[in-house]
Amino acid sequence: MISLTLSEKVMIGTALLGGMAGVVGSFAVLRRRSLVGDMLAHAALPGICLAFLVMHSRDFLGLSLGALASGLLGVGLVTIMIRWTRTKEDAAIGIVLSTFFGLGVVLLSKIQDPAIGGNKAGLDSFLFGEPGNMLNRDLVLLAIVAAAMLLLVALLFKEFKLVCFDSDFAQSQGWPTLRLDLTMMAALAVVTIVGLPIVGVVLMAAMIIMPAATARFWTNRLHLLVMLACALGVTAGVVGTKLGHALPAGAAIVLTAAAMFLISLLLGLQRGVVWSALAEFRLRRRMANEHLLRSLYELSEPRLPDLDLLSIDQLRSDRHWRPWALERLLHKAEQGGLIDREKSSVRLTPLGLHRSATLTKTHRLWEMYLMQHANIAPDHVDRDADDVEHLLPESLLLELERQLAAEGRLPQIVDEVPESPHELPSTSGSAEGDRA
Amino acid sequence: MSAPLENLAQPVLEVGLELSPAAWIMITGSVTNVACALVGCFLVLRGMSLMGDALSHAVLPGLVVALLIFDSTSIGPMFLGAVAVGLLTTFLTQTLKQYGQVPGDAAMGVVFTSLFALGVVLVKLFVKDLHFDFACVYEGSLELVPFAEPVWGVPRQFVTSAAVLLLNVAVLLLLWKELKLSSFDPNLATTIGFSATAMHYLLMVLVAVTAVASFEAVGSILVVAMLIVPAATAHLLSDRLWLMVLLSAGVGVASAVLGYYLAEWSNTNIAGMMTVVAGGLYGTAALFSPRYGVLSVVVRNLQVALRVLREDLLAMLYRIEELGSEQRLTPAGAREAVGGGWLAHWSLSSLVRTGRITRAGSQLQLTDQGRDAARQLVRSHRLWETYLVEQLGMPLDHVHEPAHRVEHFIDERLRQELQAELDDRGQDPHGRAIPE
Repeated sequence: MISLTLSEKVMIGTALLGGMAGVVGSFAVLRRRSLVGDMLAHAALPGICLAFLVMHSRDFLGLSLGALASGLLGVGLVTIMIRWTRTKEDAAIGIVLSTFFGLGVVLLSKIQDPAIGGNKAGLDSFLFGEPGNMLNRDLVLLAIVAAAMLLLVALLFKEFKLVCFDSDFAQSQGWPTLRLDLTMMAALAVVTIVGLPIVGVVLMAAMIIMPAATARFWTNRLHLLVMLACALGVTAGVVGTKLGHALPAGAAIVLTAAAMFLISLLLGLQRGVVWSALAEFRLRRRMANEHLLRSLYELSEPRLPDLDLLSIDQLRSDRHWRPWALERLLHKAEQGGLIDREKSSVRLTPLGLHRSATLTKTHRLWEMYLMQHANIAPDHVDRDADDVEHLLPESLLLELERQLAAEGRLPQIVDEVPESPHELPSTSGSAEGDRA
Repeated sequence: MSAPLENLAQPVLEVGLELSPAAWIMITGSVTNVACALVGCFLVLRGMSLMGDALSHAVLPGLVVALLIFDSTSIGPMFLGAVAVGLLTTFLTQTLKQYGQVPGDAAMGVVFTSLFALGVVLVKLFVKDLHFDFACVYEGSLELVPFAEPVWGVPRQFVTSAAVLLLNVAVLLLLWKELKLSSFDPNLATTIGFSATAMHYLLMVLVAVTAVASFEAVGSILVVAMLIVPAATAHLLSDRLWLMVLLSAGVGVASAVLGYYLAEWSNTNIAGMMTVVAGGLYGTAALFSPRYGVLSVVVRNLQVALRVLREDLLAMLYRIEELGSEQRLTPAGAREAVGGGWLAHWSLSSLVRTGRITRAGSQLQLTDQGRDAARQLVRSHRLWETYLVEQLGMPLDHVHEPAHRVEHFIDERLRQELQAELDDRGQDPHGRAIPE
């Protein structure tokens, strides 16, 4: 046989565990059953104790089978409670978790009883995890279980996917959703129970949830999610064990996973907070700019085609700007060549007029649409106009334009506006010719 | 965490209430259980039962930090740590849900396992000298309550638990309608003008404080159980919130008292046994609750099924009589006609026993009493058919099936109303007489 040092064994073991926990955890998280792992880990205790009382030995396989039996019983009870009583899923999980664990505590105290002649040392490691106890044959067991889980997921991938994303549809298509659900939970139970003696109850729950929840920030595709969760679980196991020389190994693994979760939460490509915050910031900025331009157009509108100087106070009373926000917007607009500033007044440039007229037209078309086709009351339609041209069919737009023109409210867009703002000197006066 | 064992042998309570150790254990257990059950009701109703489990793990780093800052394990700093972590856990879970689009259960799992792992690491790094017995945390030490140092003449743990019970009762009384409304309809609560979010945070702080106060006496597993099981049990028994709260308190007390005696009798862990008793009470309610119990529902369904079968048998015999044929049904034929099986057998023999049907040789015959009952039924059937055709305009060949199903649920008052609605018509749409 290959000879491995203890730390190598521990690393391989936690990596295997992290990998398979990531795979089955992906389905648990998507199925909104994240905390079933936690429940299974707690519900295993009475099974372990009973197995010990029956066998009078701490045989790993025997205790694991006991744990598996009581874990599966717990899953079955939760399913029955959800289906047959008014108890909801969270309460059902909590009831099984606490009652089973309480029963386990009772049995443990019985085992400690000198009259029975046992002591619970060794059973404790099932609850709190002791990676240092890992033997070669534990590694073999882990590898076998991991291979079995991979095979199961590969075979039932399509079915699990369907149940995870639309179980009602799956049921209506004749898939045995209950059996698939139970298979999924059974796989979760097996992984949880082989992991218990390595990382302990709470940290096993974390191994199920974290890799999958982390991977979710990076992809919307299930097969990528599963593979990524598997890789993240392996990484958490390896890195955590490396760090684990100074710290309790189980906690180190979970904290590694938590760190990866945090990074992904911020930077993940699909749902990362940074990207969505940035997108929201850009949207807000664009909307603020457009609000400014529309206000400028509406204030200039009565005197068109002349472009009047507008005082900033006038602008300020048109809309609820915060002074510093308005100042920044005006500065940006001036840099973009959309307005000219003279002390406390501003004036649209021809380019600015073109832009603002387009925006106002869009806005009014949208209002018209809402009033006529969505039956929105006239005092409710003043929403932020968006690119209505992209939302409405051409024929409808032409009709709307015709109606607006008939009412004399169609903004005239000056065609001779230069295309690029960058070639323009941003001084007033350059637009004199265009206005004529 | 535990009182010195040499105190065990000595009588402790020199001043104050003179109660036996057993009484103190049961009283302290009851007070703790009730305190947990009261806030638990709102957790269960909000579908956040597992928050108790999450918080009882997540408080670990809070307790360690409080211990490091104040250098004491007295209850004040511990409460501060608990409140801080309660708020932090709630905030992080909500933030992950809202901004990270993490499913609620996964968010909770990520947060509490990370905080717990952090706590384990903090314990390892900074409180090396503290004897930290995991078993003591989850099992508690109810056995030692009567022998703890007395405060004001009563055990210290009792004082803590009673204080928390008073706090919970006070909050419930003061904010009853706010808690109620925000549990059932948070949006309406926010619309009316008090923040459902604030209520949520308040509840989480209460849970964290209750959990920490109860840890030393009863251990985390009983706290988690008592936050869920009594409330879920009461939920099976009542549709009224005040009754649910009172019942859950009753379940808490019953678990404490019964659990104590069972643990004494079997010489096992008291807190564990209280948990098991609570689970047993839930199981009993789930089976036998008058309205929502599984067995009650089964019995009710069975009763209705039997009544429908009996009435179908009567109506069938009546129709055969009505046709005027000399042919009579045999018992076997009748059973066959209503679907066969032991239910049919049972219905038929009960009709014979109650004197609605007699057996003349191998043939069945209605008694006068049976004929009266059957006539009412056939009358219901035909009135309903007429109503469907005349008032709802249903086609003639579609009315028998619905009438056949609904005839069992039409009483005398409804028959009279139908009769009045149909202008005292004497015939059904098939041309048969509607019996009087």
